[in-house]
Amino acid sequence: MIRVQTDDFDMAQVLDDLRKHNPKVGAIVSFVGLVRDINDSAEVTTLTLEHYPEMTQKALQAIVDQAKQRWDIIDAVVIHRVGTLLPTDQIVLVAISSAHRQAAFSACEFVMDYLKTQAPFWKKETNSQGARWVEAKASDDEAQARWTQ
Amino acid sequence: MNSFQLEVNIMQIKVLYFARIKEAVNYSSEDVDLPEDIETITALKHWLSKRGEVWANLFSGKLVVRAAINHNLVDDLATFEDGDEVAFFPPVTGG
Repeated sequence: MIRVQTDDFDMAQVLDDLRKHNPKVGAIVSFVGLVRDINDSAEVTTLTLEHYPEMTQKALQAIVDQAKQRWDIIDAVVIHRVGTLLPTDQIVLVAISSAHRQAAFSACEFVMDYLKTQAPFWKKETNSQGARWVEAKASDDEAQARWTQ
Repeated sequence: MNSFQLEVNIMQIKVLYFARIKEAVNYSSEDVDLPEDIETITALKHWLSKRGEVWANLFSGKLVVRAAINHNLVDDLATFEDGDEVAFFPPVTGG
């Protein structure tokens, strides 16, 4: 399941849905990304996420499809929020279910590394000094590149 | 002049801009008529950079500008066709 939404999400509910009704699931690995108050700017007051709606779903689905080809996973959930968020708010959830833990650990990391570098989202943060676009990080490109080595 | 224009094949594409690029050009999308020899992302960037200082700053190579054709991330050698949707945006920062 892939969702892009302004609303918050309930991780416990998502994990329950992955677990219930499927006794083949032996492991679930999840990642939640949060808004921090210190990022490119100090004392961030808001973080606004813009995206390319016609492309986002397709890009996220392509990432999940690659993970499914690569590892023996049962199901994958990606929820990414857009709009204006505040420090401590949840931004993104990736949750992967599998029979055994290693596939879920690896696939969860893979999906996040690709999401960071391939999915069309852009962050703009504000503090008392004004607004600025968040810069892409070389470390995110490197994290993605290690999967192709 | 008219006869010359009739001989030039025009390709029309839709171009979208996102994030700081959208803010710099001050709009989010436009329909663009292109001479038919402009068919790669590199050529389109070069063509757009001739529109003026703002465009030159964005598209002459000083900034990293990523592109998508019909919602697929592409490199600058990728080609588009009449009716395609091309998008320009900074490196992505989601997650």
